[in-house]
Amino acid sequence: MTDPLNALAAWFQTILLNWGLPENVVSVILAVIGVVILCVFVLLVDIFLVWIERKVVARFQDRLGPNRLGPFGLIQPIADVIKLLIKEDITPNGASRFVYNIPPIIALATVLLMWAVIPLAPTILGADINVGVLYIIAIGAISTLGILMAGWASNNKYALLGAFRTVAQMISYEIPMLISLLIPVLLASSMGLNDIITDQSVWNILIVPLAGGIFLLSSIAELGRAPFDLVEAESEIVAGFHIEYTGMKFGLFYAGELLHALTVGAIFAILFLGGWRGPGVNLPYVGPFLGIFYLFIKAFIVYYVTMWFKYSLPRLRIDHMLGFNWKFLTPLALVLLIVVAILDKVLANANVSITIYVLVMFAANILIGWAAISWAKVYTRREREHFDQKNNTNSFQTQLSEENSSAVQS
Amino acid sequence: MTPEMLIFIIIATITLGAAFMVVSSRNLVHVALWLIVTLFGVALLFTLLSAGFLAIAQVVIYIGAIAILLIFAIMLTRRTKEDVKSTFNSNWRWALFIGFLFFTGLLVILMNWSGIAAAPPELDSRANPVVEIGLALVNPNGYLLVFELASVLLLAALVGSIFVAWDRRK
Repeated sequence: MTDPLNALAAWFQTILLNWGLPENVVSVILAVIGVVILCVFVLLVDIFLVWIERKVVARFQDRLGPNRLGPFGLIQPIADVIKLLIKEDITPNGASRFVYNIPPIIALATVLLMWAVIPLAPTILGADINVGVLYIIAIGAISTLGILMAGWASNNKYALLGAFRTVAQMISYEIPMLISLLIPVLLASSMGLNDIITDQSVWNILIVPLAGGIFLLSSIAELGRAPFDLVEAESEIVAGFHIEYTGMKFGLFYAGELLHALTVGAIFAILFLGGWRGPGVNLPYVGPFLGIFYLFIKAFIVYYVTMWFKYSLPRLRIDHMLGFNWKFLTPLALVLLIVVAILDKVLANANVSITIYVLVMFAANILIGWAAISWAKVYTRREREHFDQKNNTNSFQTQLSEENSSAVQS
Repeated sequence: MTPEMLIFIIIATITLGAAFMVVSSRNLVHVALWLIVTLFGVALLFTLLSAGFLAIAQVVIYIGAIAILLIFAIMLTRRTKEDVKSTFNSNWRWALFIGFLFFTGLLVILMNWSGIAAAPPELDSRANPVVEIGLALVNPNGYLLVFELASVLLLAALVGSIFVAWDRRK
């Protein structure tokens, strides 16, 4: 037994069995303990995430961020939690009470459910189900449902508008996300997350970088984070679906959103960055902890990238966003899937070495990406010319003159 | 009574109770939400039969796509906030009678079937059900024809929706 955590579990199991408990009861007790430990760990990380988010946004906006409570303001999130807990809990008039109270729980619970299938280390994982990728999609669908319920039950026009936008956005962006998820599944020929990691002797991001890009973009849209945060566009619909929620109910939405972003980072790390793979994961005793460490480092790097997007790009318009999905991302993902499937079979039959395989795949991805972007460039230029002809304007010139005038003003 | 049986009875009660609420609830959105509970109950029944792939497909397709589109459509219609007076009309006795007839008929047929008390065969733990399903779907002796027919049907629906939405002014 080279894995301390599993050894601990086995030791505890023998103790319980010696007490005379039946075997199935013991396995249920162990499973419950495992779930509680995993949830507590993930939720503690979540509290820490609030601090990271506030610190990073502060640095992006040239501020200091929380720095009063504790070293580097580390105790600030705990103060936030206490504040949220003692705030008044308000239910709006005319709200459907039962439906109104469930969505905050769904928002956080669905994210925690995703951690059930995430392999933290080669031997430490909740459930190694053979449809792990599909399971994550299913849980995402349930979280959409929670937002829809919140928007409807609040009895507020802005909340309902926010919910409508969410559904339009999530249903559309689910398609390129699913297709780009199919590519790592195809390369590993398995839908189990642990199988996908074991199969990545070369990280998938080097084989199919374009699929990684599509997955990252569409999952940022699924998260409803900027630049796709029309769900809660402050200037248009105040706060969207969670406008009526106060106190800890809002807190659950907020915690769910942050944790969901980290979870997407972890899923990206598993599918494209090799998950727990890294030097020394097969060492006895320290290996599993190294695996957890590598997974979280990779997840946090992806999380940082999503924050980078969030704080440096302006919000998109809703028709642009949906057009981008249906006219650009979805066809691109479909073409990529077909090309990768054919190339994978051809190269496997040709018996090429792994270096040539990776190089050919990488080149094909870059080529498709380049072609798609140049086509998009031509298309948007044509659209803009049509628009100018219709309105007798010249958007290139107006843009230039606006830039000039603002330069003069400043 | 085995634990599996107990779990089955609990899930079946929830599913049937939610199904009853679907037809008797007076608020349209609540009806849709009860429908989701019913569909989720069916997914749990699939899990109980160790058909994990089917259970998750049920959640993705029925809850993730169909039910959400249903709620979306209901919310876009007007006056959904107003409760209707009663969801039953004068024919409910006939409906109950015919439903009871069908249920007893099914029960009699199933009780006479020899497989009703048989234990389910043990699954091979090494086999990957997803791979098996995939192979069966493209096997000419399996479900290839059905699979292709379903694809043609879906493609027709896609083409039809594009045709309906096409902007003819250009």
